[in-house]
Amino acid sequence: MFGWAVRRLMVSMWVLAAMLIAVGPASAQSLVAVPAFTARVIDQTGTLAPAQKQQLEATLAGIEKSKGSQVAILIVPSTQPEVIEDYSMRVAEAWKLGRGKAVAQRDTGNKNATAVDDGVLIVVAKNDRKVRIEVGYGLEGAIPDAIAKRVITESIAPRFRNGDYFGGLQAAVGDVSKRIAGEDLPPPWQPGSDTAIEVEGSVLPLIIFAFFIGLFVSRIFGRFIGATLGGGGAGMAATAALASTPLGAAVGLGVGALILAFGGGGGGGGGGPGGGGGGRLRPVGPRTYGQGPIIIPGGFGGGGGFGGGGGFGGGFGGGFGGGGASGDW
Amino acid sequence: MFFKRVLLMVVVALGVSGCGYNNIQVADEATKSAWSEVLNQYQRRSDLIPNLVNTVKGYAAQEKDVLTQVTEARSRVGQIKVDPSDPESLKKFESAQKDMGSALSRLLVVSENYPQLKSDQNFRELQAQLEGTENRITVARKRYIDAIQAFNVMVRQFPVNLTAMMFGYKDKPQFAVENEREISKAPTVNFGGPAPAPAK
Repeated sequence: MFGWAVRRLMVSMWVLAAMLIAVGPASAQSLVAVPAFTARVIDQTGTLAPAQKQQLEATLAGIEKSKGSQVAILIVPSTQPEVIEDYSMRVAEAWKLGRGKAVAQRDTGNKNATAVDDGVLIVVAKNDRKVRIEVGYGLEGAIPDAIAKRVITESIAPRFRNGDYFGGLQAAVGDVSKRIAGEDLPPPWQPGSDTAIEVEGSVLPLIIFAFFIGLFVSRIFGRFIGATLGGGGAGMAATAALASTPLGAAVGLGVGALILAFGGGGGGGGGGPGGGGGGRLRPVGPRTYGQGPIIIPGGFGGGGGFGGGGGFGGGFGGGFGGGGASGDW
Repeated sequence: MFFKRVLLMVVVALGVSGCGYNNIQVADEATKSAWSEVLNQYQRRSDLIPNLVNTVKGYAAQEKDVLTQVTEARSRVGQIKVDPSDPESLKKFESAQKDMGSALSRLLVVSENYPQLKSDQNFRELQAQLEGTENRITVARKRYIDAIQAFNVMVRQFPVNLTAMMFGYKDKPQFAVENEREISKAPTVNFGGPAPAPAK
């Protein structure tokens, strides 16, 4: 009698637990993850051939070089359970395409410059047959919603319908690029221009400090460790101060090489520079636009400083407010 | 005496910064700017309406009811002076905006019956703008909700709640969330897809 009651209680508890477990994940309804912004074209569906991807990347890099605006493409299988607008906004908020305040100030050399926010994100949800062009605040004039819509209905949708994803994206990028080209934006930053030197001055002591630390370490632990440490430190300092990864990486490499050249003759010996691998740079997302994006190096190369940093520095801190258009095909 | 006064000042300064007074200011300001963005985007939608109504009128003048409803809803929205810190006023504002949303939705459903209207370039651009604006409203609302949430959580937590009480900061009314769902999935914006859910 009593045992029955206990058993019943236990059964009901089990049922309750089972229900909780069943309900738990369902109510959480896991959202599609936002991939790290590691390239201007990210294709999670394997739709684009490597050569096509490269071609698009080159075009997008060209836009960034000539106008300073950041345009990126993301192809995902699906955005379910979210609608594409919600998903693409999350991506835009995470990637921060376009020049935010700090980068704008660097580019213009004007300490009072405000954010340019000149980013564009094209998201394709292949299996949902949905596409969205997300336009940053600063390009809402150059690419108003109606134009974004037209790009989708006239350039993207007809080609996507025929399975020509590359052609559709290429046409869309062409349209967007033309629009951006006609817009009066602050010029992109030129390495070696006056402003760069001016900013560099403030970070120079840090770089020198890193150099000496590296030199010191190299006396004790050998040249390669010293060079990696000194070069890495200098590179990080330069990256943070200049808000430019390529330049930061270059500074890091330079300092690393110097330490290698001057460093104490301790270690060395084995191996030499190990292939310069893994220079993956990952912006860690501060929401403040106070200073430049903090860049944390994903891995050091064998030689000194960074591995092949490769000209890609993540988002520039641009903001999005939901402008653009969506469509299907 | 002098030292005591300095000590007191230091204590007060530390107390003010340590008890979250400054954080309250930052969070309060964030809610204000998020709110102005919400207003901004709703205003943008309102601004689109005269043009839209005129365009539809050109092809579908007989749809008087729907056209008047939209115009009336717009003027009702225009008359509302909303105070976001007053739940009553916020509710009124929301319901007026919602009415306008559903009036717009009806207008667009009706427009589906006029192929010439649908292919009118001007109308299509207005549609795209409206669609974009609805999305901006969704984004602005979401950011406002997040800002309010951050503010409310901060103001209610110990020890900031004491500071908040002292300076008269109370938690702020939040947008109704079930409403938000509906608006973020606004049938108004789904022109290309399957037939929009009929607005009641």
